[in-house]
Amino acid sequence: MKVSYNWLKQYVDLQGVSPEELAEKLTRSGVEVEGIENRNKGVSQIFIGYVAEKAKHPDADKLNVCQVDVGQAERLQIVCGAKNVDAGQKVVVSVVGAQLPGGLKIKKAKLRGVESQGMICSAKELGMNDKLLPKDQQEGILVLPEEAEVGQDAISYLGLDDAVLELGLTPNRSDCLSMIGVAYEVAAILDREVKLPDLSLEEEGASIEDKVHVQIEAPEHCSKYAARLITGIKLGPSPFWMQSCLMAAGVRPINNIVDITNYVMLEQGQPLHAFDYDRVENGKIIVRLAHPNETIQTLDDIERKLDPDMLLITDVSKPVGIAGVMGGANSEVNVDTVSILLESAQFSGVSIRKTAKKLGLRSEASSRFEKEVNPDAVMDALNRAAQLMITLGGGKVAKGVAVETTKEWKEPTISLRLERVNGYLGTSLEVGQVQEIMRRLRFAAAESEQGLQVTVPLRRQDITREVDLIEEVARLHGYDQIPISLPEGGTTRGGLTDYQQWQRTIRNTLTSAGLFEVFTYAFSDEKVMYDFAPFEAEHKGIPLTMPMSEERSHLRVHLLPHLLETASYNQNRQNNDLSIFEMGRVFLTEEAELTKLPKEKLCLGGLLTGTWLPQQWTNKPQSVDFYDMKGILEMLFATIGAEQVVYRSAENLKGMHPGRTTEILVQNIPVGYAGQIHPELQNKYDIQEAYVFYIDLEKLFPLVKRTNDYTPLPKYPASSRDLSIVVDQAISAGDIEQTIVEAAGAILEDVHLFDVFTGEKIGAGKKSLAFSLLYRNPEATLTDQEVNEAQERVLQELTAKYQAELRM
Amino acid sequence: MRDKLVQLKTEALEQFQQASSLNSLNELRVQYLGKKGELTEILKGMGKLPAEERPLIGQLVNEVRDALEQLLEERKVSLEQAAINDRLSKERIDVTLPGKKVAKGNTHPLTQIVEQIEDIFIGLGFTVAEGPEMETDYYNFEALNLPKDHPARDMQDSFYISEEILMRTHTSPNQVRTMESRKGEVPVKIICPGRVYRRDDDDATHSHMFHQIEGLYIDKNIRMSDLKGVLLAFAREMFGEDVQIRLRPSFFPFTEPSAEVDVTCAVCKGSGCRVCKETGWLEILGSGMVHPKVLEMSGYDPEKYTGFAFGMGVERIAMLKYGIEDIRHFYTNDLKFLKQFNR
Ligand SMILES: [Zn+2]
Repeated sequence: MKVSYNWLKQYVDLQGVSPEELAEKLTRSGVEVEGIENRNKGVSQIFIGYVAEKAKHPDADKLNVCQVDVGQAERLQIVCGAKNVDAGQKVVVSVVGAQLPGGLKIKKAKLRGVESQGMICSAKELGMNDKLLPKDQQEGILVLPEEAEVGQDAISYLGLDDAVLELGLTPNRSDCLSMIGVAYEVAAILDREVKLPDLSLEEEGASIEDKVHVQIEAPEHCSKYAARLITGIKLGPSPFWMQSCLMAAGVRPINNIVDITNYVMLEQGQPLHAFDYDRVENGKIIVRLAHPNETIQTLDDIERKLDPDMLLITDVSKPVGIAGVMGGANSEVNVDTVSILLESAQFSGVSIRKTAKKLGLRSEASSRFEKEVNPDAVMDALNRAAQLMITLGGGKVAKGVAVETTKEWKEPTISLRLERVNGYLGTSLEVGQVQEIMRRLRFAAAESEQGLQVTVPLRRQDITREVDLIEEVARLHGYDQIPISLPEGGTTRGGLTDYQQWQRTIRNTLTSAGLFEVFTYAFSDEKVMYDFAPFEAEHKGIPLTMPMSEERSHLRVHLLPHLLETASYNQNRQNNDLSIFEMGRVFLTEEAELTKLPKEKLCLGGLLTGTWLPQQWTNKPQSVDFYDMKGILEMLFATIGAEQVVYRSAENLKGMHPGRTTEILVQNIPVGYAGQIHPELQNKYDIQEAYVFYIDLEKLFPLVKRTNDYTPLPKYPASSRDLSIVVDQAISAGDIEQTIVEAAGAILEDVHLFDVFTGEKIGAGKKSLAFSLLYRNPEATLTDQEVNEAQERVLQELTAKYQAELRM
Repeated sequence: MRDKLVQLKTEALEQFQQASSLNSLNELRVQYLGKKGELTEILKGMGKLPAEERPLIGQLVNEVRDALEQLLEERKVSLEQAAINDRLSKERIDVTLPGKKVAKGNTHPLTQIVEQIEDIFIGLGFTVAEGPEMETDYYNFEALNLPKDHPARDMQDSFYISEEILMRTHTSPNQVRTMESRKGEVPVKIICPGRVYRRDDDDATHSHMFHQIEGLYIDKNIRMSDLKGVLLAFAREMFGEDVQIRLRPSFFPFTEPSAEVDVTCAVCKGSGCRVCKETGWLEILGSGMVHPKVLEMSGYDPEKYTGFAFGMGVERIAMLKYGIEDIRHFYTNDLKFLKQFNR
């Protein structure tokens, strides 16, 4: 809502309150002023002039030499290039010494040898928003109405001595969608009187009774419909003061009738519509829902197909308007119109909102109806507009109003308990202070046992319960006046759940290992989202009903495609060495069409690519490889309490290199996988060799142990032995280690592989593996014999299972 | 014999002085003081001396031995010192050469802000509640006093999956879910961090996905003054001891009275600058007293219990804190961006 400061002065005294101060006060009490527009963009010394004579410039075809009367002793000679300038016009003249927007100064000048003592201005040159003016006024100079007074200061005439406050209204404050509503708000803040406009009306001639009939057939969508008949209208421009008000509000002036309906809508908050009475068949207005397949051509000359839940205004045979949204072309007021059927009605906000949205037709009117207009304003606005049509449109108003009402509105009375006010706000107000605030709001408030009985006027439809009144008290008392305290209840123990704490540990472990955490979008592109194998066999990408782009059209089912995109993005920015991870949710469902919420699974994805150890004076650069990543995962699992982790070669995982991928099992339950991405994906995303891991955290968490077990320090020494064996290359080290653990028995404390070796010495297709085994008996010192026996068992088992040979 | 001793002493002391290593010093010790050393040899001749001379010579022998041993010890210490000094000088390295790189990453700046805020409220006795990012219309809107066709729904244009399912537009549905699960018990003291989604075209200041942290406190006798107190405590922990907060009336369907909360601009300390558009204040929070309808719908009697709620955008706070100019940086993850948040 754009509020002209000068216009507002008609309804409330603003003496001593500048537009800036007013804006600050409004904002601090709940109606935010988003901006103040000074309508004067730097204009001074402009006057209304009369073009007494116009002659062709002797040396220039396109220039005219005008003699202009600006109320001074002598006429000014002004050379003007505008096509539309003519003798007999009232125009705006910037005299010598005047300033125009952009710092332009008017000086005496010679144009092609002819002296010019000023300039006849266009609206644009005056810094006015010429988009709101008629076309002919935009192209040439601004031509003023006949009645403009020669020599008058044009700044005030044009309304340039005004400021416009742009209100950013929250949906609850639709009462401020009218000048009067804003006036009530300002009056409450400043504690001043509201000056309502005179609504008196002189009715003439025959009664409306035989001429106009109103019938509501859809009472749930229309609670009141009132109409007046105005005859003898003379269509023409509206007076400049009214045009100026409309332009300040951002509304384009059209003609006196349309301008009056808009002006009254802005003043009263009640949208109006004027029908050409002679084109409404039988003067009969029926408010009903559209019939199936019904159509109407709206004012903008577009044929609209109507849905059966759209509310129409019709006559006996045809629709003449879409209620509250737009009138029909068939009943539009035009130059031949002499009689007007003026509508003022209250339609259901929900109905108007749906219709306007469906048709893509939101207007000043529909946006007011959507938020439910003030029921009290229906008759006021009707009478106000009728009154203006007499004075500004030359019309006569028929006696009476054709009206049907399907719902009577009653001002609600709400009890406001003082204890509740203070208990809610933490204040210690007295009943008199609260009553005073109600008085400023013009809410009738009678004292009662517990506080006040407050009767709320219908213009404030947002106030229906006690808490709504408490808010009024809070904002008018001032939020700054509310004290600062702390809750008086007992203390509670805050904290993270184990799961939340565990997630932090994962992040911290991975970052300590050199990885950076990334955040990627949850919306995926269908072209990449299925590039990797998910954890659930049944996973259907969930599409958004109205995606903003193809790249963000589905809920992600996997994290890794987004990490590959991140790698690609970074490589294009010379960040070739990248170690990243993301902890985030994927959205999984078995349903083709979602009827219930999907499973949101928290997953961990990681990606390593490029150089792991950069080149430095101590070493050559080392590209990241599978074992760099596995080392990180081993550290992670140890830190987050995953025990009995087994890595199993996985040859058939989508998106992964078949020979360089491992499935990860914790306590025999698969919880994720890790490996090199398939070369095909490398090409698809145009990235270097990359290693990724993907872990289902929801599955893993129940398997982890979050506490440490303490074992007393050993009393007896350990005995260490090495074991080097030669086996076929195809045999995995993990299997051999597993066998060692099983065969060595309880005295084996630790085993680790310390060397892998292939080459001629070993033989083709063979490899040598060297393990270090640590034996210890917690109860006694081990004898050599016990250790030798264990080593022998191990070797026998390895020979039996894998044809291993001892390497000397 | 006396002359022999004196000569031996002079000779030995001179040689001890000249010994240049611990090894040669040791050899000299054996040569003079060992079991077969020269002093011992002289002592062997003692028996041939007349009895009255023996004590005198004996005394002289002791004197010579003491002198030799004393110098030997001194020389030993000084040679040891020299050996260490020699080693130290040989072991000298260039300490200005760079250290061997240890890989180090860091968490995402948004994680850091979220954890910081979580920890502040955990200190105030709050727990952290999480919920689904995809929500039903009921939890996202209706239970928060936003019935279907409510004009305020326009404030948040949403991503729908179906008529009844959408991406949550705020983390407030968690508040409802928590209240429902607590079945009318108090106090409820939670903060809800998480991703939220709104239909905005991505540009420098808008993102279709962003993060929020909301808080909820329900108990007997919770007042709006308590909201002010808790938020002031938070603001001071988060932005510094000297900041002030300012509440401005606003509207949210799920709170009443509602307030936008401004914090003293950290850049200019309130005197006005470009960041705060010369106001001295930065808007960082929305808040208010929980609307009675929301309490009712979630099983709390609004006559018995009151509460406050607040919410803030994590990206906005991170952008203000670090002066980040483009919200898209958080989601494109340029390493040069991520690396800057390593503390
Ligand atoms: Zn500032």
